[in-house]
Amino acid sequence: MQRWIKLALLCWALCGLTYAQANEHAPLRIGLTAVFLEEQTALIHSWQLYLESRLNRRVSFVQRASYREIIVLLKNGKLDFAWLCGYPYITNKKFLRLLAVPVYHGKPTYQSYLIVPADDRKTRSIVDLKGKLFAFSDPDSNSGYLVPVYELNKLNKKPDTFFGKTFFTWAHSKVIEAVASGVAQGGAVDGYIWDSQAIRHPELTSQTRIVNKSPEFGFPPIVSRRSMATTEVNTLRAVLLFMQRDEEGRKLLEKMNLDGFVSGNDKMFETIAAMALKVAN
Amino acid sequence: MFHNLSFRYKIPLRGSLLIAIIAMSVSASLMYGVYYDLKDDAQQNADRMSRILAYSLKPLLLNDDVWRAYETINSPMQSSSGKKENYIDEILILNPRQQIYVSTHPRQFPVRSELSLLNPKLDKLSSEISRSLIDTPKSVELAESGKSYMVTPIISDGVLLGTLVIGYSSSMFLPHFYDIVWRSIITTLIVGAVLLPLSWFWGWRMSIPLTQLSESMSKVGWGTPLPDPDEFDLYESRDEIGQMGSAFKRMLRDLKHKENLEKQVLVSERLAAVGRLTAGIAHEINNPLGGMLITINTAKKHGSSDPQIQKTISLLERGLLQIKDIIGALLVEAKFQNHPLTVQDIEDTRTLVLANVRNKSIELNWGNDVQETLPLPSTLVRQVLINLLLNAIQASDAHVDCHIYRDSGNLSLVIKNDGKHIDPEQMSYLFEPFSSGREEGYGLGLWMTYQIVSQLNGLITMQSQPGETIFSVTLPLGVPS
Repeated sequence: MQRWIKLALLCWALCGLTYAQANEHAPLRIGLTAVFLEEQTALIHSWQLYLESRLNRRVSFVQRASYREIIVLLKNGKLDFAWLCGYPYITNKKFLRLLAVPVYHGKPTYQSYLIVPADDRKTRSIVDLKGKLFAFSDPDSNSGYLVPVYELNKLNKKPDTFFGKTFFTWAHSKVIEAVASGVAQGGAVDGYIWDSQAIRHPELTSQTRIVNKSPEFGFPPIVSRRSMATTEVNTLRAVLLFMQRDEEGRKLLEKMNLDGFVSGNDKMFETIAAMALKVAN
Repeated sequence: MFHNLSFRYKIPLRGSLLIAIIAMSVSASLMYGVYYDLKDDAQQNADRMSRILAYSLKPLLLNDDVWRAYETINSPMQSSSGKKENYIDEILILNPRQQIYVSTHPRQFPVRSELSLLNPKLDKLSSEISRSLIDTPKSVELAESGKSYMVTPIISDGVLLGTLVIGYSSSMFLPHFYDIVWRSIITTLIVGAVLLPLSWFWGWRMSIPLTQLSESMSKVGWGTPLPDPDEFDLYESRDEIGQMGSAFKRMLRDLKHKENLEKQVLVSERLAAVGRLTAGIAHEINNPLGGMLITINTAKKHGSSDPQIQKTISLLERGLLQIKDIIGALLVEAKFQNHPLTVQDIEDTRTLVLANVRNKSIELNWGNDVQETLPLPSTLVRQVLINLLLNAIQASDAHVDCHIYRDSGNLSLVIKNDGKHIDPEQMSYLFEPFSSGREEGYGLGLWMTYQIVSQLNGLITMQSQPGETIFSVTLPLGVPS
């Protein structure tokens, strides 16, 4: 807080009153993707209020349907921060800076689940889904695309030819819906989303069956555009890391089904990077 | 049965029937309209929805976005209340090869399956779709399954991307229709529950004057005495029933009047007949009687002196004299002339009856307003006055009033007494001979009085009620018979 005031004073001294005012009033723009649950407007709003009160600055959350759109916005400087998946972070690393990684079940990791409709009792692995209709979440998602594609790659298969047909739902929760309703006969989904939905909408997840859980990967991180001022990156990081020690923050984390945030490092995403490289070749 | 029913029930029943017929015909016509409107609505609804869906689906099919296509067709199937609002059974999207592209029921219609292979019933639908390439929504009805399908091609720049099929039950609007029918029945019943008692009440009120009149009229008939018009409490108004009521009362009054007149005529005719008969008999008896009396007189003077015979003759004579008295009384003769009626004649009458008044210890109130001599036969008037006074004194308990006066052309005698009244049955025979209720006498006093008054062209009336009996005699002056 004190640091922020000092910085503001410095800015005012350097750039003059007008610039400082404009800068102070420009909100922090944070992009959200389908790594986080959609249709959680109330939760997002209270998180926004929380961040605004801690940062003493306006915050606006920007939601977009695909990762790609968020990355484009980040690259263009139209977003300051974003909650992305590890896969697009790795592939766009030169434009981005790692800010924090959420902690889930005590670890900053998550898994990808391979799910099928609950009435499908035969499927034991992705191999059994040959010729079937398969739902991906987003072409830039690690858990919802890269993981199953990598699995097929290990078998020298390509998804377009291996599956009868594939489609994207553009959100992990929609993959669960697609599999539960029977539109798709299989799907790849973010384990954190599936677990959270199992708490919130057990009637939906109970219509699906987890065939396989992937190894653990780095949890979808919060990143900033590379051009973002270090002080601001540090400020937001500090606020996020502090959340679990703050009563209000803990309540929010509980609702988000997370334990907290850690600073994180690129090593956490090495496995994803390796898979991406393998698949790309 | 209904024909003979009282208006008390007939009017309300007719009212109720009318209400029921109106309610039913209005409801039936509304229901008829609603039925076809709903059917039409359902069709239009499906048509409209298929146009909207086809439009939204075009870019999704172009992008091969299966999931968004599913979400798009699934949205009309869901409603907040959890109830199927638009009665749509399923929505399918077919690709140009008639395979399921995506459907709202993926388990029933899995993606990439052949429509015609899924359900033999849908074979006809499939052939219908392939046969006609149309650019507007078209409804296909499958009679055997009771279902309709709204088939809409999804076309982009003349190229068929796919076909949207909305399946709905042909009778899908029926639950809604039954709901409306049910509500209208309830409304009709509620309105009926209000109107029917009202109609019964009005009908009943309308029938009251009629039933009153009918009940009153039924009391008038042969063999029953005419009722008093004033004892009927009839509906009063200037409407037809009110007019009937007053006409009935008027008629009853006229009837009563006529009945009284008839009674009077009957009585006076009977009295006249009795008078003629008695006069005839009396004359016929008088002639031999005179002879017999003369013969007996002669026999007494010149006949045997045998005391036994003398005694017999004397007995005969007394008997004959009694007959003569009676005949004399029956045969009232007003022919003979005597002097006109003076005040003294009237006052003498009072003197004559005073002895009887004293004997009975009653009071006689005498009021004589006549102070001049009147052209009436004094003997007969005195006879009438004495008869009436003596009767009154005999009947009286304490008072007898006698009032004598004259007006323009009449002399009036009014005699009142406070004794036992004469009952109506007795009244009609009152002036007939030998009709007296008394034990002594022949009952010829009133007969004579009546005959005299009749011969003097006068009128005698009698009114009797408990505590007061009044005899009034009116004699015209200056017209001596």
